[in-house]
Amino acid sequence: MLTEDGLEALVGALLRRGYRVIGPTVREGAIVLDEISSAAELPVGWTAEQEAGSYRLRRRADRARFGWAVGPHSAKRLLFPPSERLLSVRRSRGGLVVHGGVAQMPPQALLGARPCDLAAIAVQDRVLLGGAWADPAYQARRERLFVVAVNCGEAGGTCFCVSMGTGPAATAGFDLVLTELIDPDRGQPSYLIRAGTPAGQEVLAELAGRAATPAEVEAAAEVVARTAQSMGRRLDTAGLHQVLTGQPEHPRWQEVATRCLTCANCTLVCPTCFCHTVEDTSDLSGEHAERWRRWDSCFTLDFSYVHGGSVRPSVRARYRQWLTHKLATWIDQFGTSGCVGCGRCITWCPVGIDITEEVRALRGPGGSA
Amino acid sequence: MAARPRRRPRVAVWKFASCDGCQLSLLDCEDELLAVAGAVDIAYFPEASSRMGRGPFDLSLVEGSVTTPHDVERIQRVRRLSRYLVTIGACATAGGIQALRNFRDVKEFIGVVYARADYIGTLARSSAISEHVPVDFELRGCPINKRQLLEVVSAFLAGRRPTVPAHSVCVECKLAGTVCVMVAQGTPCLGPVTHAGCGALCPRYRRGCYGCYGPMETPNTAALAAGWQRLGARRPELLRVFRSFNAGAEPFVLESRRHEEG
Repeated sequence: MLTEDGLEALVGALLRRGYRVIGPTVREGAIVLDEISSAAELPVGWTAEQEAGSYRLRRRADRARFGWAVGPHSAKRLLFPPSERLLSVRRSRGGLVVHGGVAQMPPQALLGARPCDLAAIAVQDRVLLGGAWADPAYQARRERLFVVAVNCGEAGGTCFCVSMGTGPAATAGFDLVLTELIDPDRGQPSYLIRAGTPAGQEVLAELAGRAATPAEVEAAAEVVARTAQSMGRRLDTAGLHQVLTGQPEHPRWQEVATRCLTCANCTLVCPTCFCHTVEDTSDLSGEHAERWRRWDSCFTLDFSYVHGGSVRPSVRARYRQWLTHKLATWIDQFGTSGCVGCGRCITWCPVGIDITEEVRALRGPGGSA
Repeated sequence: MAARPRRRPRVAVWKFASCDGCQLSLLDCEDELLAVAGAVDIAYFPEASSRMGRGPFDLSLVEGSVTTPHDVERIQRVRRLSRYLVTIGACATAGGIQALRNFRDVKEFIGVVYARADYIGTLARSSAISEHVPVDFELRGCPINKRQLLEVVSAFLAGRRPTVPAHSVCVECKLAGTVCVMVAQGTPCLGPVTHAGCGALCPRYRRGCYGCYGPMETPNTAALAAGWQRLGARRPELLRVFRSFNAGAEPFVLESRRHEEG
């Protein structure tokens, strides 16, 4: 068990090991992921109310650090950054000089990863490392990542990890895992902590904790059981592959297209969406060129542009592509669903399109067999 | 390998009905200005130089909209003199703020404002350059972003497509990690229907997007307007937000008409 001060010791131990510590902190009206240098920067006594298209920070009555569900950022930002330079080319007398390779940067420690975040990292690992060609930049960051997971003590209004089998308890993919226990009288948290890897064990050994009592272990199990009971959303996955791939002409696709902005927010907040574009630039002198990779989305026209035009010019086609890939054909491609039930696409859609609601409607009448 | 073309490409900067802010973006390049001057021969740029070079030009940057019969003739001449013609800014690409006249009777304005209406030679509409001549590339913004201008000039010099994505401003917010003002604050924002390019300047300062870059590639303005109404916006406000710098852009014309009284 760790006390509140124990969290500070944990951050200190990670910093001493040379990690850049990335943790949840309050900024711009939300709990975001950012570099922190002290546990004091964690969202002490904050929570967030989440609904389709709405997120509001709220004060809690206690001093919980992790009394909230996921925010707008995910581990994707750390491992697969929004944009990165792949190579630069300079003209010289002898021809072109190419500089490539993975930029050196300090290893990162992610503090406060949720079970759905761990599931999302596992999905991205399959996509970016699992095939014949591992992505070297992702691999370099992934291998050096230290993960402090936190079991969920609070389900968000748009959470449905129980439906996707990814939470609210962490089972794998972490170096350390915390469960926050709140003293009901004093509102003071303490933390049940457990190591999942030798690297986690090493850090844990440095922290001045004490062994948990059987009552505390039981209380931690109750925390996640209670969270599992209070999921904001549900998504029925039974027979879903056929529901989505078997009804390309279901009228719901057209109906959702009238509401969808094609703004790409859902795909960019999604912790598993990995689609990107590669852009080449050259400077005015024509002496120097660079190649950059940046996040793209199946909702942009450029994304499916081939000679002559975009393959999916209609909103209907783009929404159908995203939902069908995420929940059905992702399984054919990578052996797992592309959805981890974090609810970010629901909360951060400016007009509140709800993936669970769309699936429910697509199960309804109107489809052709 | 030839490091440099023998002759520097000749560039002209033209002004039509506009505030000059977009051509000033070229002078704002400060750090890059010497590189620009080194890479191209700025042969005609009355805003910056009294040198009035004659055509033909390899690249013409055209600012401003067409609002007079004289403009209609002049843009034909600019086109004839230019190998590539790139329009810069909301006036040149969508008619600008002066396209508000398109929704009213200009003759009536003239009668109210001027003592002698017959001295005034103006058109009923303010229109984008592309309505009059073929345009090789349209760079959006009110004003344009100087980084994007340098990218477009560099791309035309290198003979490649400019990297100027037509997706929403939302993508720029998400790349930067900016928290959505519409979702987290309930602040109405035009970002989801607006063309990227500014780097999501207003949301970075916790303001809603004003739509300075005009409609994105597939703007669903009706769905966004419904979202604004759920946040409390009324029809007069919706009419106004779609009638600003890009009032003359077709998707914004259609959306603003939906919110007219009557």
